[in-house]
Amino acid sequence: MSKKTLTAWDRVLLARKNDRPKTLDYIKLITEDFIELHGDRQFGDDPSIIGGIGRIGEHVVTVIGQQKGKTTKENMERNFGMTNPEGYRKALRLMKQAEKFKRPIITFIDTPGAFPGMGAEERGQGEAIARNMFEMSKLKVPIICIVIGEGSSGGALALGIGDSIIMLENSIYSILSPEGFASILYKDSTKSKEAAENMKITAKDLKQLEVIDSIIKEPEGGAGQEPEQVAKNIKKEIIEQIEELKKIEIEELLEKRYCKFRKIGI
Amino acid sequence: MVIDKIKKVNNIKVISKRNTKASDMLIGKWAKCDNCKEIIYKDEIRKNLSVCPNCGKHFRLSSRRRIKQIIDEGTFIEIAKGLQTKDPLKFEGYTKKLETLKEKTKIEEAVVAGIGEISGSKVVIAIMDGNFLMGSMGSVVGEKITLAVEEAIKQRLPLIIFCVSGGARMQEGIISLMQMAKTSAALAKLNEAGLLYISVLTDPTTGGVTASFAMLGDIILAEPKALIGFAGPRVIEQTIKQQLPEGFQKSEFLLKHGFIDKIVERKDMKKTLEELLKLHKENK
Repeated sequence: MSKKTLTAWDRVLLARKNDRPKTLDYIKLITEDFIELHGDRQFGDDPSIIGGIGRIGEHVVTVIGQQKGKTTKENMERNFGMTNPEGYRKALRLMKQAEKFKRPIITFIDTPGAFPGMGAEERGQGEAIARNMFEMSKLKVPIICIVIGEGSSGGALALGIGDSIIMLENSIYSILSPEGFASILYKDSTKSKEAAENMKITAKDLKQLEVIDSIIKEPEGGAGQEPEQVAKNIKKEIIEQIEELKKIEIEELLEKRYCKFRKIGI
Repeated sequence: MVIDKIKKVNNIKVISKRNTKASDMLIGKWAKCDNCKEIIYKDEIRKNLSVCPNCGKHFRLSSRRRIKQIIDEGTFIEIAKGLQTKDPLKFEGYTKKLETLKEKTKIEEAVVAGIGEISGSKVVIAIMDGNFLMGSMGSVVGEKITLAVEEAIKQRLPLIIFCVSGGARMQEGIISLMQMAKTSAALAKLNEAGLLYISVLTDPTTGGVTASFAMLGDIILAEPKALIGFAGPRVIEQTIKQQLPEGFQKSEFLLKHGFIDKIVERKDMKKTLEELLKLHKENK
């Protein structure tokens, strides 16, 4: 499969591949002295979200990311990367903590969507997602968001408000899965390939739509082929971004962040 | 069946088989409540603010009728008009569908925004309309909501949004999704400006609208028995492979779980808003 001929659907498959590096892989490869922190202080600890403090280069940062598993067992433990309200609230708690201690925030997005379960509704899934976007839009530290695999629906966007929005070359970012899109709009879930091509979910499409700022290269065959190299590319991009963003006065940074999302639409 | 007799007496044909929802159940001069199944004179329902006089079911309201019920006569001035989608996915048939809907509903999009008075208190108000693609949020809805928020900030006025929505609009893909971010960020600005935002949830409020401006009110009101949730009931049932209990994701359920402030019947809505607006005026 040569790189030039990858279709959107090929990338969907690459983005979801089990052997693709996940949040914890990148944390291991990119950060030093990482300490994971747990819990939302309200209900519980959501294993689909990893959060903690570590060092990237010379910068102490807060890292938050959705964690999918690589095996069925791991996926069961991580709820397939589908976050519950307590996961979003844990993320928000750690982001507020980052603001207090003036640490930049890095988020890794990798989810098939927010978890559509009974408990999630009882505990206010909608409120949790809305609150994160509301708060992230005004956090007084630089925020860098990186889609590393599947960025699906509001469940992804709840970690996606920042100053620099980045995608790995073979990741996808969408309103919902191509299967869901096909079943709703084409009334036929088997038309997911067709949906993927029409939905504008690839990094290239989203860069063109100005929904994201930059794209990080992947080797042929996807990030799983050379995780170390991809991690190196990510690390380089993060350090560059932090250094750029730190130069900007906080008021200006917040205004730019507002405009970034304000301009999307008509 | 009684209903068949009524149809016969009034010489009415059922127009379309698709029309089985509450808002479409009106048959000639008579209507059957989809909740209590009672057959009621249509004028009675209308006079009763589109609430079933028998069981109290709150039927869906057009934005035009909602404005009539809430805003003082002659004070409403529409803002954020004449916006058009860029049709970012070039989705087949989408713009044509929008044109047809515009003609049919006599509104431009799934939300109407404006400035008006509630018993003399000036507010910025946005009212969603379920007759327009199920109140779904695409770029125009997101823009109109955001413009309403920004108008409230500019004029230092309270903001009220009446929500009814199936969620983010699929036909505009990621651009619809991003409207959640845009509207939430605008509301964060309104919040910093110390202004009041009252969100009113009506049946149904789901998906990306629930997960953005619907849930961000300083005060969140809801009409009785409205369906309010992030994931739709069918999606949840498919996930957990069992039926949801009676009343799941209804206003009363959200009140019990602490996610809304108050359930307000339609007949009391204007009065409640009026009182809340007054209480927020006195400390200024």
